[in-house]
Amino acid sequence: MEDVVISVLHRTMVAGTPLLLGTVGEVICERSGILNLGVEGVMSVGAVVAFVVTYTTGNPWLALIAAILAGMIISLIHAFASITLMANQVVSGLALTMIGLGLSGMVGKPYVGKPLAVKMNDFAIPWLSDIPFVGPLLFKQSPFFYMAILLALAAWFFLERTLAGIKVRSTGENPRATETQGVNVTLVRYICVITGGAFSAMAGAHLSTSYSKSWIEGMTAGRGWIVIALTIFALWNPGKAIFGSFLFGGVFVLQYLLQPVGISPNFLAMLPYIATLLILFGMGLRDRRRLNAPAQLGEPYKRGER
Amino acid sequence: MKKIQKLEMVNISKSFHGNFANKDINLHINSGEILGLLGENGAGKTTLMNILYGLYQPDSGEIRINEKHIKINSPIDSIHHGIGMVHQHFMLIQNHSVIENIALGYEKTPFFFPKIRIHDKVVEFSEKFNFAIEPYKKVWQLSAGEQQRVEIIKALLNGADLLILDEPTSVLTPQEIKELFRILKDMKAQGHMVIIISHKLDEIMEICDRVTVLQKGRISGHADTALMDKRSLARMMIGREVLFNVNREPLPKGELVLKVSNLHVVGNKGVPAVKDISFDIYANEIFGIAGVAGNGQKELAEAITGIRPVKSGSVFAGSKNITNMSPRKIYDHGVSHVPEERIKFGIAPGLFLYDNAILKQHHLDKFSKNIFLEYGRIKKHTRSLIDSYRVATHSIDVQIKNLSGGNIQKLILGREISENPPLLVASHPTYGLDVGATEYLREQLLKRRREGGAVLLFSEDLDEIFELCDRIAVMFQGEFTGVLDSSEREKLSDIGLMMAGAIRY
Repeated sequence: MEDVVISVLHRTMVAGTPLLLGTVGEVICERSGILNLGVEGVMSVGAVVAFVVTYTTGNPWLALIAAILAGMIISLIHAFASITLMANQVVSGLALTMIGLGLSGMVGKPYVGKPLAVKMNDFAIPWLSDIPFVGPLLFKQSPFFYMAILLALAAWFFLERTLAGIKVRSTGENPRATETQGVNVTLVRYICVITGGAFSAMAGAHLSTSYSKSWIEGMTAGRGWIVIALTIFALWNPGKAIFGSFLFGGVFVLQYLLQPVGISPNFLAMLPYIATLLILFGMGLRDRRRLNAPAQLGEPYKRGER
Repeated sequence: MKKIQKLEMVNISKSFHGNFANKDINLHINSGEILGLLGENGAGKTTLMNILYGLYQPDSGEIRINEKHIKINSPIDSIHHGIGMVHQHFMLIQNHSVIENIALGYEKTPFFFPKIRIHDKVVEFSEKFNFAIEPYKKVWQLSAGEQQRVEIIKALLNGADLLILDEPTSVLTPQEIKELFRILKDMKAQGHMVIIISHKLDEIMEICDRVTVLQKGRISGHADTALMDKRSLARMMIGREVLFNVNREPLPKGELVLKVSNLHVVGNKGVPAVKDISFDIYANEIFGIAGVAGNGQKELAEAITGIRPVKSGSVFAGSKNITNMSPRKIYDHGVSHVPEERIKFGIAPGLFLYDNAILKQHHLDKFSKNIFLEYGRIKKHTRSLIDSYRVATHSIDVQIKNLSGGNIQKLILGREISENPPLLVASHPTYGLDVGATEYLREQLLKRRREGGAVLLFSEDLDEIFELCDRIAVMFQGEFTGVLDSSEREKLSDIGLMMAGAIRY
């Protein structure tokens, strides 16, 4: 019985990893005031690039770097449209999703059905992994899992405990006041959007080189949208994102587990969104400010205009 | 040792789009002095201080610190030179804590653990001037006075020897004003210099050592406040003997068109904005409401026209009670409205000219049938409006935002008065318009009066008020400090004092 529990929880951790990576990236991006609905597309691009590079070079770490670079470059489209051109961020983000999905489908076509010979192997941390129950659960995991946790903590530290973090958050709250304090609002926003892209691409790389070791078109399977919901669920806090991601990861696992009992997986697939709506209702009813949403999220900033 | 012992602005001129905002301005301030910069709205006070703070570049003239010419290209330069500015609208991030706001603008904030590491410094400054600020409170939880003190700490931490305060008392309660003045006196005692932009005579008299008065972009005088009285300062600010017009022929008093009784209205911040105001307006009359912006005029206009709820009291259009009716119903009862901020409230900028010509009237039979608009008639109506009210446009098939301000305003006015409503409420109808458009609009208001209509005119432009109005009410802090007939010239010459709340009739 204990084995079953550990196995379910282990799979929960695995399923939560890409969600956490994506959410941390989206939190950073949205904290600077830019809404990026392109996560699904960027994730997909990260997945295909990581797969192709691993397939051809046999080096999943090189593949990870390539995926991150690809994610950053493709996010530039959204950054340029929403920051420089001040376009509607919803439209631009959705376009990014479409471009990313289409592009990855095209690039990945020749690789469909070809499994990887090497993948990102799980890594057991010495000593710690020997602890009963906790060891196999938390310390015998894919490197992506460790990276996700560390990056989430680092992002929290960055946003809450550094001057640069204050600048990022101020940019999302009140770009005009921030600019009068000598901060380059445009630069901050570019960096945050691109960083968000890097995180999403990492999540994609996890899917194709660690979670499974194959490429299938549409393998991101809506995780990008869950990330958007999770960002709200976590109240734009990378620390809370850790909790939320593994909670939603658990829902993913339950989809398979509860199917034999007669609970529709479609119903379970809705749960993350329902949970997010409940959070929005609950917080919204109490006090909007407690929601913690960046005040200028989604609003283009025009310099020198009153 | 203070970085600035003496600061001078020499022959500063600045113009925007060919209109000068500042012309040949000279002023100076010494260490340990509080200088008042007095003038009406639009006199160029804020422009001048924005030049000093580096937000604007002067067209000519120079700034000297300790007899040495310096160049200020941006706020960063001015901060380095020891100049700090607290804007009228605070530049604070509402959802962040006090200390995060301070960390953002403080030059010496460390990268890691900024909040903890500047905490002691903030507390030290806060105690030095008795600010009583809790560093970890969120800004939105603070009162306006506390927010202002956060802004002052921000400036002082960056080493500001000269502090510029733009209308510092406009958002404060009387207690907070007292507190602010105590802080300013403490700062003065420590050798800081302060420039206060204001149009409130009482405050200038109380806190300032010297005063420089601006009028229409020029200096109209310098004075030691100790040697001046309020009356002479008011004259300096208004800058002219009050002149009276001319082509406003006397008309017999008509019927009652608007009766406002004991009106109370709450402003945006939840504080009372209009306090127990009552007045009547009759046909053949233009009733003017003068006063400095922010004394409840906006809320009064909005309450009468149905945009803002009336808390208590009543508004009658003729014999019909229109209190708290919807704006459209109020319009249907014969009260039309030329709102302030015409682009924001008067039109839908992205819609076509002809769409804008029937706003609030689209539901009338002549413009629509069931759910369909009758564009044929609408366009015909629009063309006749354009002709009658001299709107210059090459076509009516353009988005209205492409028109100039004057032409937009003429269309709005035409839309509102073409049906000859008994009452027109006009808020700052000529604000920001060129001379030609202004003159035309004023003529139209006088024409309404002649034709048996009534106009309730809100304006900060005293020339306009004197030229047009039969009766003039002066509004100060939500109350009338007097309602005067245009024949009471003796009293009207004290309108500056009434606007400052210093006397009441």
